[in-house]
Amino acid sequence: MSAVIDNHGHAHDDHHADHGHPPGLMRWVSTTNHKDIGSMYLWFSFIMFLMGGVMALTIRAELWQPGMQIVQPEFFNQMTTYHGLIMVFGAIMPAFVGFANWQIPMMIGAPDMAFPRMNNWSFWLLPVAAILLVSSLAVGGAGVGWTMYAPLTTQAGPGMDLLIFAVHILGMSSIMGSINIVTTILNMRAPGMTLMKMPMFVWTWLITAYLLIAVMPVLAGAVTMTLTDRHFGTSFFNAAGGGDPVLYQHIFWFFGHPEVYIIAIPAFGVVSQVIPAFSRKPLFGYASMVYATSSIAILSFMVWAHHMYTTGMPVAGQLYFMYATMLIAVPTGVKVFNWVATMWRGSLTFETPMLFALGFLFLFTLGGFTGLVLAMTPVDVPLHDTYYVVAHFHYVMVAGALFSALSGVYFWLPKWTGNMYDETLGKWHFWLSMVFFNITFFVQHFLGLAGMPRRIPDYNLQFTAFNQISSIGAFGFGLTQLLFLYVVLKCIRSGEKAPDKPWDGADTLEWTHLPTPAPYHTFENPPTVK
Amino acid sequence: MNDAVLTETAASNRQTLRRLLVVALLMFGFGFALVPMYEKICEVTGARNVFLPDDVSTQNTQVDFSRKVSIEFDANVQRLEWTFKPVEPYLDVHPGEMTQVVYEIRNTLDRPVTGQAVPSYGPREAAQYFKKIECFCFQQQTLGPGEVRRLPVVFVVDPALPKSVNTITLSYTFFEVAGTRKNPG
Ligand code: HEM
Ligand SMILES: [Cu+2]
Repeated sequence: MSAVIDNHGHAHDDHHADHGHPPGLMRWVSTTNHKDIGSMYLWFSFIMFLMGGVMALTIRAELWQPGMQIVQPEFFNQMTTYHGLIMVFGAIMPAFVGFANWQIPMMIGAPDMAFPRMNNWSFWLLPVAAILLVSSLAVGGAGVGWTMYAPLTTQAGPGMDLLIFAVHILGMSSIMGSINIVTTILNMRAPGMTLMKMPMFVWTWLITAYLLIAVMPVLAGAVTMTLTDRHFGTSFFNAAGGGDPVLYQHIFWFFGHPEVYIIAIPAFGVVSQVIPAFSRKPLFGYASMVYATSSIAILSFMVWAHHMYTTGMPVAGQLYFMYATMLIAVPTGVKVFNWVATMWRGSLTFETPMLFALGFLFLFTLGGFTGLVLAMTPVDVPLHDTYYVVAHFHYVMVAGALFSALSGVYFWLPKWTGNMYDETLGKWHFWLSMVFFNITFFVQHFLGLAGMPRRIPDYNLQFTAFNQISSIGAFGFGLTQLLFLYVVLKCIRSGEKAPDKPWDGADTLEWTHLPTPAPYHTFENPPTVK
Repeated sequence: MNDAVLTETAASNRQTLRRLLVVALLMFGFGFALVPMYEKICEVTGARNVFLPDDVSTQNTQVDFSRKVSIEFDANVQRLEWTFKPVEPYLDVHPGEMTQVVYEIRNTLDRPVTGQAVPSYGPREAAQYFKKIECFCFQQQTLGPGEVRRLPVVFVVDPALPKSVNTITLSYTFFEVAGTRKNPG
């Protein structure tokens, strides 16, 4: 390894005393290396993904038929709550932070993140938060929904307090991680790497990190108010003391809608790297992509009450939020157009990363359309809190964000591990995921339109058939992800040696300037970007 | 990369860190600032006045607190061996105020009896302003031998009641319902 580093001019030794890393576990506890930390984020995210998945399957097993079968209603509600929290804060967000850690320094020609020690802290807060979250189940849990609406939360048992602390710690981790990312991108780019030459993935993370710094503290504030209402006699949300539970929803969704773009925008970034690489063409409309992403981010602060059409808003408010929400479809449409235009007359090949990117493109767009349907106030009133909403956000979060993350893993795995994954198994993984995803979630549109409410452990007889289809799909989807684990392990253990640049069309620095696998230290001397 | 460049980067990194931390702290404060902002917006737009305490709704605006009406309760039986009396003989109420009173009936016979009460009002013109929401007179009452029953009446006096009326008598008469007596043999 050190031979590689010497190639890059190994003049100063004081800056990386971490060369001979400590043995065993301590290497991971004390590491400040962005690649180590990136890997830890990704593995943590996968473990959380499996955990949240088991909870989802518990939900789907209970919903196999009407009536109460295997769990109590309280436990069912806890499952929907923890499933949502774990998938959003434990699986999807850390996965993309993992990508950011691995890729941003390599893509902008920086030696590491700006604050390596803080980076270590950002990661290690996550397992702490996860343990708090899961242990809150042991003290009675809190089946309050991932949105944690008052007044249920101000009256819930002690599990709620642990949940609140877990959210605080998750927020701290995200804020520290985001500060690191913004600083790295703004200050540590290689000479010649102007902002408008940065790879799209880096741009999307710059925007996302700003969003995180702006809204995570607001969420922290909201749960802090819940905490003080519970224990210190304040009445932010407590109607008996002059507070207003609807206020909670406003504060939460001021965080919550930008949050859905915190999940979506890095996913846009990954896809914006993958589609050009497999079309062997540069990204179509790069500048418009940057502006579209920025405007999505800004607009996302102005539409939060589309989650609250049924709270008794004045008509003027409903109209404003309806039109503002629909406006977001414009920059989103620009992005979809650009991805399609990138493929237009490209010489396309369909390896696994490209398949997942295309899966993303189709299904995310579908999720965007159902979003537009829900954005229309009069349509949303009957659909709110039904399975239609559940279908909508799983199209944008699973087929959107998760597929994009899977695409990114297959895309960069050769660079990270030095080995190729098994292409045949990768394709199986994609097609099984694609089929089972749609079996699970497409039918939920019909359930919602027919009026089946979400977060309820029992249902009317006429919903049985669609629920059984959905449950079959869910178990298939869950099992398929074990295949993914196998593909990744096989790649690490016994994959074929990968060339420095396995994808013809890839043109960012990690492919053009670095060997495969990427050495432990890279770009100690920055490359010059023309 | 030489050391001068490195220290320079480190310094500007620290500056960026400080700025971003300030932003994060400000946004934490902004979360709390949303509370008064929300109240102000609701107040200005009239969407919901979160300052008015909830007793606006307990202060029923349909009640005329400026005057009182005395209600006298009267109870009679007609060819029926029941005792029948109001628990309270009279009550002062505000027009518009929902009120509940209780009557007590007792069947003094050793066989079941079915009766029906018929209300009447004095003065007669008060009848159209006296709104019964719940009354035992809506149904027939069957009492077993020696049974005692307490029966509620819920009523509202319409605030449109002419000013000249300040006392209303509510009078019930219980009759035995014809054809309900079971002849033993
Ligand atoms: C064109 C873009 C989008 C539009 C117009 C849109 C619109 C909406 C609307 C109106 C709702 C509220 C439905 C209701 O509760 O009755 C909703 C819910 C939701 N959306 Fe979207 N959305 C869009 C994109 C996204 C994206 C990109 C994500 C995440 C990656 C997302 C995640 C969610 C989630 C998680 C919920 C449900 C929240 C809850 O109540 O638990 N949406 N969307
Ligand atoms: Cu939203």
